[in-house]
Amino acid sequence: MTRLVVVGHGPTAYRLVETLTDRGFGGRITILGEEPRPAYDRVALTSYLAGKSAEDLTYPVPDGVVLRLGSAVTAIDRDGRTVTTADGHAEPYDVLVLATGSSPFVPPVPGKDLDGCFVYRTIDDLDAIREASAGATAGVVIGGGLLGLEAADALRGLGLETHVVEMGGWLMPRQVDEGGGAVLRGHIESLGLGVHTGAGVKEIAADDAGRVSGLVKPDGETIGAQVVVFSAGVRPRDELARTCGLAVGERGGIAVDDGMRTSDPAIYAIGECALHQGMVYGLVGPCFTMAEVAADRILGGEAAFTPADMSTKLKLLGVEVAQFGAMDGALDVTFMDPVTGVYQKLFVSDDARTLLGGICVGDATPYNTLKPFVGRELPGSPSELLFTGGPANMELPAEAVVCSCNNVTHGQICSAIADKGLTDVAEIKACTRAGTTCGSCVPMLKQILVKSGVEVSKALCEHFTYSRAELFDIVRVRGITTFSQLIAEHGTGRGCDICKPVVASILASLGNGHILDGEQAALQDTNDRYLANIQRNGTYSVVPRIPGGEITPDKLIVIGEVARDFGLYTKITGGQRIDLFGARVEQLPLIWKRLVDAGFESGHAYGKALRTVKSCVGSTWCRYGVQDSVGLAIALELRYRGLRSPHKLKSAVSGCARECAEARGKDFGIIATELGWNLYVGGNGGFTPRHADLFASDLSTDELIRVIDRFLMFYIRTADRLQRTSVWLENQGLDYVKEVVLEDSLGICAELDAQMERHVAGYADEWRAVLDDPERMRRFVSFVNAPGTPDPSIAFAPERDQVKPVLIPLEAVRS
Amino acid sequence: MTILRENLDTALETAGWTAVCAYTDLLPEEGVCVLVDGHQIAVFRTFDGDLYATGNLDPFSGAWVLSRGIVGTRGAEPTVASPMHKQVFSLVTGRCLDDPATAVPTYPVRLSGGAVEVRVP
Repeated sequence: MTRLVVVGHGPTAYRLVETLTDRGFGGRITILGEEPRPAYDRVALTSYLAGKSAEDLTYPVPDGVVLRLGSAVTAIDRDGRTVTTADGHAEPYDVLVLATGSSPFVPPVPGKDLDGCFVYRTIDDLDAIREASAGATAGVVIGGGLLGLEAADALRGLGLETHVVEMGGWLMPRQVDEGGGAVLRGHIESLGLGVHTGAGVKEIAADDAGRVSGLVKPDGETIGAQVVVFSAGVRPRDELARTCGLAVGERGGIAVDDGMRTSDPAIYAIGECALHQGMVYGLVGPCFTMAEVAADRILGGEAAFTPADMSTKLKLLGVEVAQFGAMDGALDVTFMDPVTGVYQKLFVSDDARTLLGGICVGDATPYNTLKPFVGRELPGSPSELLFTGGPANMELPAEAVVCSCNNVTHGQICSAIADKGLTDVAEIKACTRAGTTCGSCVPMLKQILVKSGVEVSKALCEHFTYSRAELFDIVRVRGITTFSQLIAEHGTGRGCDICKPVVASILASLGNGHILDGEQAALQDTNDRYLANIQRNGTYSVVPRIPGGEITPDKLIVIGEVARDFGLYTKITGGQRIDLFGARVEQLPLIWKRLVDAGFESGHAYGKALRTVKSCVGSTWCRYGVQDSVGLAIALELRYRGLRSPHKLKSAVSGCARECAEARGKDFGIIATELGWNLYVGGNGGFTPRHADLFASDLSTDELIRVIDRFLMFYIRTADRLQRTSVWLENQGLDYVKEVVLEDSLGICAELDAQMERHVAGYADEWRAVLDDPERMRRFVSFVNAPGTPDPSIAFAPERDQVKPVLIPLEAVRS
Repeated sequence: MTILRENLDTALETAGWTAVCAYTDLLPEEGVCVLVDGHQIAVFRTFDGDLYATGNLDPFSGAWVLSRGIVGTRGAEPTVASPMHKQVFSLVTGRCLDDPATAVPTYPVRLSGGAVEVRVP
């Protein structure tokens, strides 16, 4: 049996092993990884700081593969065909693959090793940066390339005043030209980042404790910072290859042939450590291709690597930047809009017919539409294509590459759609791998689907062919009150985790009693089923409702006492609430009882319903306030509490134009004017932040409430599953929603009003209703055969004078 | 313990089976968690009244929560979705239908009189 040993476990190694196992490799695969964790998606590294867990980014390890982590290889014995690791383990091989990646290059500037200097490559690096940033106010990134700007985005996300220092004359010199760099700079400065181009580094300055205190430029200017991240390029990790005598390039990199073989035929090198025809590749697409070529060769095939497409499209700090094909040409055409910060340039042949390449900043549409035409005749004049986005029915040639990461052509996608009857993007991804790596071609996959005549399905899931809005109408018009009736008459099977919560929400919006009664309980997602917010260790958090964020000292004391008595981790939320974490299911009713007795109800800080209505201090106390924002916020929260909707709903009320409550970041936000209230709708924070649009001005309180009633009910009726008001509003069009809600263009406003009245009149404290009913209380035990026994798997450890959950290591769980 | 011949059949019949709750403790398309010899077992009753038992540990999140997942079907297969990140498991085989490399243990479960019994190896 062939013994294949892979040194390194990054994305390239993952792709190699996956390809080999998918293709039925019969040998034994051993991976020796230096990092303490299995391969993860480095392209998505920054999302780790934005809240994704290491597990989210981790690639799966195929069955039957031996993976040794924390196992750095220190020597290769080519004669004895054995590699040795730092801990003395010897692993014999028949075929060896080096996928050692690269290491960040740290220029030799004085102070580079100070406490507070970092590189940006691994999850451990990010953990260290995050820890250092906790006590810091400012950070500086050395290097204004692609990775440098990602690092800057990360520092900004950690709340630091952020600077970028780039030696070259402009940002991202490898992807954009000087004009594009200037536009990019404008975007980045407008986000509050400091940009220093054409600037070297004289030294990293230290404070008395030997920690980083700033970066000194050659002109003597100092940028104060406590965190410095080096992102000045990478160097291939070829040291193992060097010491065992394999051929390496003058400037580094393990020399390989077209089959990824090194100068020793038993050894392959792939990914960022490999040098092919004088080029080292740092992009994931070419690295994956190398992995596939090596896998094919190991399996006896003849695949060959050809110099790769280096096209890049990414969104950095919210700005789209893309580059494809060549970065010069006989002629070029530039479109530039300084108002919106858009810069697009196409390079063409001297007859202006053949596309050679392009650069985009601010709007990368040409990348999506024109990149497949590189090296071909354009379907129109370059300036027309840039100004109009191209003719509507541009035909892509079959051999045009749509997904560069996985090298999938337009023709391959079209035949997969036709031959296998694919109907959505997920199926295209599964079948062809297009769109599975960086995702930048996904919009194009959708277009190809539509052009192939596939009607993009609006079916909720395999059980219903209807969209959420259609189901809502069926339930409403037919007066259906149970899931069983709905699925028997309008669906198939017995439902799933997608359709059941949707139907539960529809039934609740239309007023069908307590959400745990009868069949409804089995439809609820766990948060609604336990009326609390599940946390990563299976415990729940409780967030007592504090309407408008106004609370008496006595009630504050009760919350403190409850938290203390039940040992709950306590944190102030972003929505002017207090979150109490770590409650086991059997503790939830006991906690609610204490809260109910003190005049609280628990709150809907979970679930698809109104969360909170934040408010500023308002005119009662604030010397700037023009209206009583707190009073209105309380009234709104009490009116709409418990209202189930397609997604969560957030609101805020500001007492004057200074907008301290951040109402424009909410699904419905209200800002006081001298004459009344302005209503804004469709705002949200989250993954795609959006400012709310002005919907109506200078409304009286009664008028305001009527408009919000109708707006919310229209949204609840017509939105898709998990569609926030922002996306719904953009799909419907602001003007259309205004016509329906303000002018009653559909003649449904009386119905919407009545529906909201029923909700308001029918609202009851859902938590108290559980306490009052033994049937509903039955669910609140950890073990039905041992009701008094707490779940023994739940454990806590101390942290900063409170508790934190002790989690089981996932490796132990999955094995 | 001495087993008399006349009791042998009954003894074999009950060997290894543990009564965990009454059938009426289970609601259609809901799960409960039971504790048997330190094992956390999720017991489910489907819409048709069939019983299934799996481990309660969600292998994707490491939390002991599967009994609190939504019960449904995928094709003809009865399923439960983890309440944590919604991976779907077959109640028949325990295999994760979204990631066939992962599975949860399943346990024999039966109705004996009005009692639900599971057998833990």
